[in-house]
Parts: sequence; structure tokens; C-alpha cells
Amino acid sequence: MRYLPLGQSDREEMLKDIGVSSVDDLFVDVPKSVLLDTPVDLPKTAGEMQVERSISAMARKNLGTSQAPSFLGGGAYRHHVPAAVDHLIQRGEFLTSYTPYQPEVSQGTLQYLFEFQTQVSMLTGMDVANASLYDGATATAEAVMMAARVTKRKKAVLSGGLHPHYRDVTLTQARFMDFAVESADVDVEGKEDLTALIDDKTACVVVQNPSFFGHVKDLTGLAETCHEKGVLLVVAFGEVVSLGAITPPGAMGADIVVGEGQSLGNAVNYGGPYLGLMACRQKFVRQMPGRLVGETTDVEGRRGWVLTLSTREQHIRREKATSNICTNSGLCALAFNMHLTMLGEVGFTKLAKINHAHASLLVDRLEEISGVELVNESFFNEFTLRLSKPATEVVDALVEKEILGGIPVSRLYPGDSDMADLLLVAATEVNTVEDMDALVNGLKEVL
Amino acid sequence: MMATVRFTKDHEWVSVDGDTATVGVSDYAQQQLGDVVFVELPETGTSLNKGDEAAVVESVKAASELYSPISGEVSEANGALEDEPSLINSSAMGNGWFYKMTVSNTAELDELMDETAYKGYIEGLD
Amino acid sequence: MPTHSISGNRGLQIEEQLIFEQDNPGQTGVDYPDIPQAKNRLGGLDREGEIGLPGLSEPQVVRHYMRLSQKNYAIDSGVYPLGSCTMKHNPRLNEKMARLPGLADLHPLQPMQTTQGAMELMSSCANWLCTLTNMPVVAMSPAAGAHGELCGLMAVRAALEDQGYARTKVLVPESAHGTNPASAHLCGYSVESIPAKENGRVNLDVLKEKLDGEVACFMLTNPNTCGLFENEILDIAKAVHDAGAYFYCDGANFNAIVGVVRPGDLGIDCMHINLHKTFSTPHGGGGPGSGPVVFSEALAPYVPVPYVVQEGDTYRLVEDEASAEGKPFGRMKSFHGQFGVFVRALSYMMSLGSDGLRQVARDAVLNANYLAVKLEGSLSRSYEGVCMHEVLFDDRFLKDTGVTTLDFAKALLDEGVHPMTMYFPLVVHGALLMEPTETESKQSLDQFIEMVLGLTERAKGDNARYFEQAPRMTPRRRLDETAAARKPVLKWVPPTEEA
Repeated sequence: MRYLPLGQSDREEMLKDIGVSSVDDLFVDVPKSVLLDTPVDLPKTAGEMQVERSISAMARKNLGTSQAPSFLGGGAYRHHVPAAVDHLIQRGEFLTSYTPYQPEVSQGTLQYLFEFQTQVSMLTGMDVANASLYDGATATAEAVMMAARVTKRKKAVLSGGLHPHYRDVTLTQARFMDFAVESADVDVEGKEDLTALIDDKTACVVVQNPSFFGHVKDLTGLAETCHEKGVLLVVAFGEVVSLGAITPPGAMGADIVVGEGQSLGNAVNYGGPYLGLMACRQKFVRQMPGRLVGETTDVEGRRGWVLTLSTREQHIRREKATSNICTNSGLCALAFNMHLTMLGEVGFTKLAKINHAHASLLVDRLEEISGVELVNESFFNEFTLRLSKPATEVVDALVEKEILGGIPVSRLYPGDSDMADLLLVAATEVNTVEDMDALVNGLKEVL
Repeated sequence: MMATVRFTKDHEWVSVDGDTATVGVSDYAQQQLGDVVFVELPETGTSLNKGDEAAVVESVKAASELYSPISGEVSEANGALEDEPSLINSSAMGNGWFYKMTVSNTAELDELMDETAYKGYIEGLD
Repeated sequence: MPTHSISGNRGLQIEEQLIFEQDNPGQTGVDYPDIPQAKNRLGGLDREGEIGLPGLSEPQVVRHYMRLSQKNYAIDSGVYPLGSCTMKHNPRLNEKMARLPGLADLHPLQPMQTTQGAMELMSSCANWLCTLTNMPVVAMSPAAGAHGELCGLMAVRAALEDQGYARTKVLVPESAHGTNPASAHLCGYSVESIPAKENGRVNLDVLKEKLDGEVACFMLTNPNTCGLFENEILDIAKAVHDAGAYFYCDGANFNAIVGVVRPGDLGIDCMHINLHKTFSTPHGGGGPGSGPVVFSEALAPYVPVPYVVQEGDTYRLVEDEASAEGKPFGRMKSFHGQFGVFVRALSYMMSLGSDGLRQVARDAVLNANYLAVKLEGSLSRSYEGVCMHEVLFDDRFLKDTGVTTLDFAKALLDEGVHPMTMYFPLVVHGALLMEPTETESKQSLDQFIEMVLGLTERAKGDNARYFEQAPRMTPRRRLDETAAARKPVLKWVPPTEEA
């Protein structure tokens, strides 16, 4: 077997050194009744060719977003990732290293995480960022728990424009941690006012910008309302590229910022692995979950990096830790860091503007179709349409034309009949004029 | 701080002068912790029962709680520790004090060890 | 004669600045077409001012990361015997498979008729995991081991709530990973510790005493973090169930028994599986991982959404609680879990097959026992007898040498190998926990043994200073962690902004 270096003679020699006659003798502590003497009922060893054939056959049954005009968003966005990124993250020193517990031989990982933390701070306009969490949804739940620790209050208010998965993960966590979560009514129009839900028992208000439905909002007033009552404002985002074009949460008064970083460096991957981002104000850093990398010097006075403030973490603080997180999204953070480094200031802001322009041009054309109505007054690269027919039917009909025409909002709000006609549509830099033609013509035929 | 200093089995010390007590961790405790990097102190006005978690002290690889050796109300926290936690290492029994409190029940002191007893106690630990 | 290079570089160890210090304003490594003319619909919220990102061209970027990579040790470089971490070879076929068009470019919310192959793949991966563990159901969505623990405990709590009372406590052995108590806390439980016996296993008598009506769950790592199989596990399971509690197994050490013992046969109610350990998906410097959780019949109804169901030849994702059978306790993560990691794990499982996976466990255990017998004469073994996939030593062999476990580990860095896990588990003093895994050759183990024995001899030969000053030859020498924690510098700041 190609992954197992020991040969039969090695095994025999080693057994002799150990002083037992067979490997079975090394399993003596296992009760006999549960010890298997033959392999379980699954296929036997297979070569690379066979495995590649089987998995490729499964891949061919799918219609990938690179194989069809695709306008899917909803918290996962296909962007062009420069070739160098995927090449570099596959260097074995990055790909096959562990968490940097031995800093002397992990400076590569530690330095890129320090760069990553700096980049995330810059994008969000916040003081400090951690070295990643699992994804946007879990980061949101972590932010709510963090706000509860900071404020010593046990209630969170969630905006009706928050991604339904971010909401559900937070609700699931809240149920078991025994704190209250109040979810505002679904905010399709982007006009909600959360003031009435905020009181002096509220730990935090969580609002997404751009919202799940695409609205871009000025949160300055909400931040003031929160701060007057000692409430933290948590701002979430599902599309990190938006931060190249819109005012960052930090500039609008956010206390904690969380979001999904998949768009930079990472493929859509049918939903994972993704990259949870988290940033906060300096004064809350000791309540932050996740790893942090800090700058220091070695015994020769040379600059270097280490994991720091580790007493917040589970391996030291156990049940008193700020979170149970251990393995996070290291390699996804590297891909993010590399992609953003490739882009730089000029490239990143241009990327954001192209995204917005593509979405805006697409809206111009879609609005001309009878049976299509734009819900949004503002958006970045994603917006909500109200159709004259149920969106699921429309999307299914578009699939027949090999077009991935958006996300029926009802998929994320099952059982809510008001959502039936709503379609969430995203456009990024990868969408060509031909893609847009296909969608526009397809919709004309279907509606 | 002469004769009125008392110690707990968790290596806190308390020095009482009138109805005011000063609380810290022992020299033995700071040695066990190593370089202290952070302390979290109680807020003034916090009312503590004997044995309540009053403060947290952290080194790079460990975090320990300081449990109040006696009951009372916190009257002052040692703000100097926030900027200079190393005071705990350099002067555990002096400038490295954690907080002062107004004592509610001095009889609780009788349950604690004096310096000689404490010395004997830590010798028994190694 | 000068002893240092002019640049500070040491041959192939090249000093590398931060990207922010290499800024060439206006430069970029990505060329885009012109921005099309379009109406601005940002609602007046256009970003103002600079973000502060540095400009670098592609050659500069490639060189930067090339140089950074060269400062890292990795399993591709050599033996990485971190106990409880299962640093095994990461096959490159897995990477190739995960990047296939039709997998990597699938959007999670595409219509399900366009992702049948992806759901088939998830279903197949689930089937392998259920068969290997003899458990009926698996929740695929948890993102890592700790996330899996939380998932398992949430199901336990949901099941108990259904029975009328959620109870208040979770018991963990004192040798448990820190994630166990941390996860229990996140699930609203207090934690009590169970001591180990002289032989490194759970003290069943104490466990039985502590198993009162308030205990929701007992969490056990098996093989445990001392590298030992819990030989009384069947009695433990019975005691736990008799008390009306559930039995959680931390599957971090599944590599020792995969294909040889099925956790479902041990009376376990739920166990997470670290695909990034046993099933060879890369650690990536700290993730991404994946922590599917297998469940017994008792907990199966509470499995969180989403999950894949097969109806004839068609696959479907159950994504919401209302349309699920059973009583899902909620949702752990956005979308459907770490799909890209599932692809890699399936590629690995298919490659090895049921026979190869069994051989994995047998070789992993053989390698660890080989290390044990070759080293136990010089190092102090914490528990005698056979071990499973990892072997535990403590620091008695360093007594009176002036050398600590940490110093010893740092000296190994100079030998060009990654040290073992240090100071964990907490049940022995100055622990050194070694897990070679099955992907080390005998030759590689012999080289490692030679280094460890050589260093042991050196430690015993009044060479404390040598160890205190180690490492000398690594890209950085010992770093000042105290200074880093006292005045945290967590991001780069432009020089002009510094006070």
C-alpha cells in the first residue's frame, strides 16, 4: 500500500525488538469480544487511477459554477483567485504543518497570520483581529457569546437582515448557553428599525451589512443607540469584497465585526471549508475567542512572532476558556492573505468597484424585464428581485437552460409564503456580458 | 506587615490593619506562576465572601484565580499592576498587592495560617 | 573576523519583511479590465480614504511566500511526532480531487438537481464513517474536533431535555483534551474531573461514585491521551448508561483502532472523528479541519441539520428543522459542512480501503511500541506495557540534569525534527507524548530514536547550558513570550503612527 512505508520484514524485525510475536499482541488491552479479526465490509485498497475515476465520476454529475453562467451568492461567492495563490498554499511547509506550537520552526505560519490579522483590521476598520474562526455563521455566534462576557448581560438582538444560517447557528448556541435571543422580523425591504428591541438588558445587537437581502446601510445611528444603553454593536458581513467599496463597520461605530472571508482566496467548495473573520476594539481583546499572533523578539533580539494571550484558550483555561475552538481555518486564512496581497490597495478597491458595476449593470437590464421588480434601493454585488412567479420554479426552469440564476429566498426561509417570489441574485467580476445576456434572455423566456 | 499577615492553602496572603485588609499572592505562588503577564482585579465596591473568586492572575502558560482569603468589601484595587504586572514577581508581598478591602469578620483570620505554619505547609508540597 | 552576514541572512534562511514593509504604492499583482461605467447604488456609503493595503507585483508576492514557507517545519519535512495530533502523510491525490471542477466550484445553494454527485460523495463519505465505527448515523457539518464535541453534547442535552431534565454536569478524565471541558461549558454544563488509576486508565470506582442523577454525559478519549486503551470500557459504558447518562467518545485517537475496533461495539453514544487526523487531510498550519460526529440510535433523532438523504437514485439535503424527521437540535454551521475536507477524506479512505485502513492502525500501534521499547531504557516511561498509537514519557529521566522537558524539545529542533507534544497530558510531570503514526518508515524511526537517545545521554552529561540555549540553528531562537503577552502587538502599524 503506497501510503504505508513499513515492509513485512520491517514489521517482523520490529516485533522481535518489542518482544511479541504478532501485532495482535499489541492489542491485548482491547476486550476480545470487540476486536475485529477481518476488515470491515467496505471496498479494498485502490490505486490513484481507480480513486480518481470514481471521484471524477461523482464530480461529472454536478453542474459547477465555472461551467455555467452563475449568479449565486447568499454568503458564498465565486471570485477569480490568482493562479499563484493555489500554487503557493500547496507548498508542503504551509499545507502539512501543524498549529504553530513551536514558534522557532513556525515563523512562516506565524508571520502570515500576523499579516492576516493586520489586513482584517484594516478592512474592517477595527483595532485588532484574530487568526480566524470556522466561518461567518460560527463567528457570529462567538461574537454574541463574547458580547455577553463583556457586558455581563444575557440577551442578543438579531437583525432581520442577518443571514438565516448565521441566525440559526446563534440560536442553536444560545439555546444551550441559556441566553435569550430576539430575532427581528425578516427585513426584506431593508427598512427595519431595531431601536424598540434594545434595552439595558441587551448585550448586543447583530446586524449584517450588506444585509442578507443586499441592502447597504449606514449604521452610525444604530451604533449611537446601542452605546447609549451600554450595548455592543456587532456587525456581520457575508461578502468581504464589499469592504473595498463601502464604509467599514469600524468607521460606523461597530464594537465587534464578524464575517465570512471565503471570497478572497477560497473556492465556493459546496459550502466549506470557509473562513470566519473576527475583529474588535482593543479593550475587548481578552474576551476574544480564537488564536492571536503577536510580535516579539528572540534571544538574539531579532523580530519574530508567537501565539499570544493563550490563557483565553481551551488548552490552558479549559472550561473557563473564551471558546472551545482549537483547529480553525489556518490554510484558508493563508489563501485570503495571499489573494489580498496580490491585489493590494489598487487591486482590491478595483475588484470591489467591478463587482458593484457588474451588479448595477445587471440590475439595469433585469429591471426592463416584465415580471421582475427590484426590491433594493442600495446594494453592493447582490440584490433581491420580486418575480411574477415562484422563484424556485424560475430557478429550476433556468437550470434546464444550464443557467444558475440565483437563490430562491424561500430555500432559506422554508414555510414562509411571503418569500416565494423572491430571488437573490449576485454578480461578481467573473460574470461576463455573455453570462448576463444568458440570464436576461433566460428570465424573459421563463417569466 | 508584621504579625498580622495570614496565608491560605491557595497561596493568598492577607495583611490586616484595623478593619482594612490588603490581599495578594505569596512569593511561592509567584514562583510557581512564572512571569506574570496580566491581572484582572475586582472593582471597588465589590462585596466578597471568603473563598469567592476575586481576581485572575496569568502567566504565559497558566491562569489562576485568586480567592478572597476573608470576607469584606473591596475598597481599592492596585491599578499599578495593570501596567506593570511584573510587580507581582518582584514584590509579591509588597508592591505586588492585589486589592484592599474593608473586613467584615476578623474572626475569619483565625482559620488561616501564620507565616511559620505556611512555611511548613509549602515545604510539605515539594 | 566578522561572524555575521551583512544582510542578517544565514544562507538559505532569508530574512523576510512583512508585506506592509514592501509596499510600492500603486503596484498590484492582479490585472483587471477597466471598471465598466455603471450607476452607483451604494446608498451613499462609499468607502472613503485608504485602506492601507500594500502594493506588490506577482514576483514579489511569490518570493515572499516562498521565503516564509522555508521558515516552517512540516510533515513533508520529516517526522512530526506530536502526540494526540496524528501528523501523518497527506496524500496529494486528495488535493487533486478536492480541486476538480464539479466539486471545488460548486455553490452550496445551487439547485439540488445540479449537485447530485456532491451529495452522493457526502453520502459515500458518511457511509464509510458509519461502517468503520458501526454507528447508524453521522452528522457531517461540524468544522473541527472541538466543534464535533459541541455537536455531540448538544445532542445529549437535547435528548435529556426531551426526557424532562437536562441535568447539570459532564464528567471528564483529568487527562482529557482542554476542548472537552470547554465544549461542556458551551453546552451549559459544569465539569467534574475523574482521576486516573495507577495504570493510567479511568478509575471506574470513582466514576461510579460520581455518576449521580446530575451527570448528563461522560466524555472519554479512547485510546486515552496516555496512549492506552481503556480496557474497562465495556464496564464504563454500562455504568454510564445505568446512571441514565450518555457516553461521549473523543475520537481524536481513532487512528489507533480504525478498522480494528468499532466504537459502536463499545457502547458509545457519540464520537467525533477528526478527518484532519485519522483520515489524512492536511492540518494547514491550524486548519481547516472537519469533525463529523457518529451517533447511536439513542441520539440519532437529534442530529443537527443539514444532512443528506437518499430516495431511490436521488439525493436530497434536509436543510431545515421543520422538514426533518426526528428532532434536530439546530444548526452548527453555515451550509453543509467542510465539503472540501470530505472529498479529501473519501479519497484517502477509498485509496486505503478496508484492508489498508486496518493496516494503518496496526502499523501506527507497531511504530509507537517500537519507539517505546527503544526509548524506555533511557527515558522514563509513564506506564509500562504495550501502548497504542502513542507513547507517554515523563521528565523523571531529566531529574537533577537541570534540563526541562521544554529544553529537551528545543534541542530536538536543532536536530531538524519536530518535538513531541510537551506537558500534555497533565496527569504526569513534564510529559513527552510521542505519536509517530504509520507513515514513518523504520529508517525514519531509527534516526529519530538515535537523536533522542543521543540527546538523553547529553542531558545526563552535565550539559544543561547546551539545552537552555537550544535551539541555535532554527530560523528564530527562543522567543520572548512574556513580552508578547504583557504588551501585545497584534498587527503591523505604519511607522509614522507609532508614538
